[in-house]
Amino acid sequence: MNPQSPRSFLKASLLFAFCAASLAPFVLHAQQDKPWERIPVPRLHEFKPQQPKRIELKNGIVLFLEEDHELPFVSGSVLIPGGSRDESLSKAGLAGLYSQAWRTSGTAKMNGDQLDDLLEAKAAHIETAGGEDSTSLSWDSLKGDADQVFSLAMDLLLHPKFSVEKLQLAQQQEATGIVRRNDEESEIAERESNKLVYGVNSPYTIQPELATIGAVTVDDLQAWHDRTVGGRLIVSVGGDFDPAAMESKLRAVFEALPPVKPAPARHDAFPGPTPGLFFIQKDDVNQSNVQIVGLGTDRRNPDVPALALMNDTLAGGFASRLFQKVRTELGLAYAVGGGYGFAYDHPATFRVEVLTKSATTVEATKATLAELAGVVSRPFTEEELKRAKDDILNTFLFRYDSREKVLAEQVRLEFYGYPPNYLETYKEALEKVTVADLNAAARKYIHPEKLAVLVVGNGPEIKPGLEELKLGPAHPIDIAIPQPGQPEKKQ
Amino acid sequence: MRSAFSPWFSTVPPALALAALALAAVQAQDLKSFEERTTTKVLPNGLTLIVCERHEAPVFSYSTFIDAGDVNDPSGESGLAHMFEHLAFKGTSQIGTKDYAAEKVALTKVEAANDAYEAEYLKAVGRDPQKLADLKKAFVEAEAEAHKFVIPNQFTEVAERNGAEGLNAETGLDNTMYFWSMPENRLELWAWLESSRLADVVPREFYKERDVVIEERRMRTDSNPIGRLVEQFLATAYVAHNYGRSGIGWPSEVGQITATEAMEFHRKYYVGSNIVVAVVGDIKASEALPVLEKYFSRVPAGPRPEEMTTVEPKQFAEKTVVIREATQPIYIEGYHRPSYRDPDDAVYDAISDILSNGRVSRLYRSLVRDQQIAAVVEGFSPFPGDKYPGLYCFFAAPLPGHTPAEMRDAIHKEIDKLKTSDVSDEELAMYKTRTRADLLRGLANNQGLANDLAEYQTRYGDWRELFRQLDRVDKVTKADIRRVANQVFVDSNRTSAWIETAAPAQQAGAAQKEGGAQ
Repeated sequence: MNPQSPRSFLKASLLFAFCAASLAPFVLHAQQDKPWERIPVPRLHEFKPQQPKRIELKNGIVLFLEEDHELPFVSGSVLIPGGSRDESLSKAGLAGLYSQAWRTSGTAKMNGDQLDDLLEAKAAHIETAGGEDSTSLSWDSLKGDADQVFSLAMDLLLHPKFSVEKLQLAQQQEATGIVRRNDEESEIAERESNKLVYGVNSPYTIQPELATIGAVTVDDLQAWHDRTVGGRLIVSVGGDFDPAAMESKLRAVFEALPPVKPAPARHDAFPGPTPGLFFIQKDDVNQSNVQIVGLGTDRRNPDVPALALMNDTLAGGFASRLFQKVRTELGLAYAVGGGYGFAYDHPATFRVEVLTKSATTVEATKATLAELAGVVSRPFTEEELKRAKDDILNTFLFRYDSREKVLAEQVRLEFYGYPPNYLETYKEALEKVTVADLNAAARKYIHPEKLAVLVVGNGPEIKPGLEELKLGPAHPIDIAIPQPGQPEKKQ
Repeated sequence: MRSAFSPWFSTVPPALALAALALAAVQAQDLKSFEERTTTKVLPNGLTLIVCERHEAPVFSYSTFIDAGDVNDPSGESGLAHMFEHLAFKGTSQIGTKDYAAEKVALTKVEAANDAYEAEYLKAVGRDPQKLADLKKAFVEAEAEAHKFVIPNQFTEVAERNGAEGLNAETGLDNTMYFWSMPENRLELWAWLESSRLADVVPREFYKERDVVIEERRMRTDSNPIGRLVEQFLATAYVAHNYGRSGIGWPSEVGQITATEAMEFHRKYYVGSNIVVAVVGDIKASEALPVLEKYFSRVPAGPRPEEMTTVEPKQFAEKTVVIREATQPIYIEGYHRPSYRDPDDAVYDAISDILSNGRVSRLYRSLVRDQQIAAVVEGFSPFPGDKYPGLYCFFAAPLPGHTPAEMRDAIHKEIDKLKTSDVSDEELAMYKTRTRADLLRGLANNQGLANDLAEYQTRYGDWRELFRQLDRVDKVTKADIRRVANQVFVDSNRTSAWIETAAPAQQAGAAQKEGGAQ
């Protein structure tokens, strides 16, 4: 479980919504009158999003400044290359422990607890976080406190003092997550289906265990910090500040750092899943969570615009084929959807999921697989393409409708080495996709026989049984949580 | 307590005073700036429109706030408000149909076929299996006939093709909200779509959607340990008020809701006087209001629905629920407190802030940092709703090897401190500063603002209360906190619920048998 916010969790447990996730639209039949088409759609107000100022320092560090004077706040972040995919297997969980203990430890001048007291009294924040490919340090405060908060954040960046007690605290938090990781069906389904796609010991599915987090020391945290902070940092600041003053303040700190060390090239293998049927028993559920997964692609693939449109027509929204069939027509699922994923620098997953009551597991899985197979037998039409384009292009504006989003997009593109005008060229490419491109992409990328099907559910209730899927025997997956000292299990 | 905060803490009060002063000035400015940019209009049908101009980007967000939720579901029909919310995406007599006149006839037949089937199904004595099967077959045929006239999901399709972003709705116990964002040049199209579904909803594909909603229940409640725990916790904490009833509905009830019942709910609660629509973004009130008025005037007028009269009786016995299952332990407890209209509402917020906002909070420092028994712990209120008297709740997840009983004891120690000694000046000042700053931070978001304006307009009759609430925040004293803690945190006012880890064989049938007609 995510131990972050029980309050939002509890609140969410009582809010019932129309859809499970943000989903995106279908076939027009004969209809006499469409009154909405008579409503005028005037020209959109002229809008050019203000791009942040980009400064590349001699040492390779990149700064972005985005002024925004609507509210009296200043926020910033330092993005640091290197994340959980760079951990060693024997110390899996290190990046997560680091990103917690960095902030809670604090610096030689001010420990983490003192920082908490000082910042919270000003309604300000300095936080550290970690992900798959990066860690980050961020700060925000009222304008009047911005200088002081910036100094504190830089002290934490350059002079952290990792504490044994705070590492231990982080280890306890992480251990709680480990022993609870089989409590929720959705968490099991997501985690184990990723392992089917990438493999068990892949950098993309590296799984902290009680033993591996226990092996992490304060020295490991310091070594990780020294190594990653020497990388190509991206510093971004947004909000209510004077740009010249802010630039000189940033230069004063970051120009003093040594030349950045480029990240070594990655040589990850992406074999994709072993096709077939996999099963995990969960006694306390009355609904199966079915994940149909394969390997996706990365954004540098020129077929991505066609794939994005294919996702919208196949599995992406209210009017997608899957939603229309499995939810609206058959009433078999509340949550159904997915898509052919594309990440910035490695192949993402191709995932379609359906959650259905135990008794209709086979029916819903068959209906979903039939829609996947249907991309070849029932090619996409001009009308479906047009609808998908309307969906995506008319909401495109929401990728840059706030300065915060514009800044975050530029940081993302810089981090992954994409050109700053990526969104514009992507939009142009989306506009050019033809129905032939769409169907070619579907034929090229959708191969149901290459996918793995994972069912997490309550076996005795699943009638008819999974053998009716005719996908071969259901391979059980052992998700027992190893206790420290136990030999590593093979999968 | 104080020495634990270390030397520099003595420098805090002046800094706090400055921060509070700077923020107070900002608040006054903001209310003024919002008053200049915000226009309110009550239409002849009673519906309130709020337009707030914010010209950062050529987009707008809206929130339609219905002052009715699952707390208003009639007895035996739990889950009805949420069922209707799903219906509100199914289109109108003009959108989603190939031939409404013919469809209407077909839908009447579906309803009659369902009634006949249910009457047989619910017979306690003498149910005839053959007759039941025949009636089911007749129902399925009637449904298929009606389906011939449907253009599925056309309402959402038109919205999304025109750039609707974040399209969704939420039904809580207190209220129902519909929302999305759109490019500003679609304002009139949106006004047509939104007013159409409020005024002219058609109960098409109702019974398939009911199956979908039951799947939602399985996902969020039946198959989720915390979902199950919370449902049992609330059902135990309340004996009379509907806050104790499953919001998404008990399976046997939500499984038998009919389209007729959903439309009856709509007729009663979806009247102008019970609806506020707030729009925030790149629009001009002078141009937008006439357009909005034209469309939203179509919503039927009607008397404001009567308020619920059930009052939860005073709890006099401490209650507990224990779930033994193969899940890691969780602890919850709750104490009855008054509704948001109580003069002490802000005092409860102060208590939550001091107990559980961030790593400076008392519960974090005590249970997580110092005693090292919990991974997460929080006190918050009101739950599960604020319109009627809700609960002040505590939630804790123990670290491996620690138990719910340890959570309970450690939380009670913190509660006792609140009752027997004053909070510090610093803690109280921090609550006030953070509350102001959080309010300000929320103002740069069209959707968040639309939701807030609509909610405050509904709850207080004036959106300005969003800013004015800070006056009540400022008035909270240390004595208030101690007084309220002594009033509310009383053993006989407590319900606690927890999960105790048990081997799978001991489970008491967590995956429940399903009820319902189908």
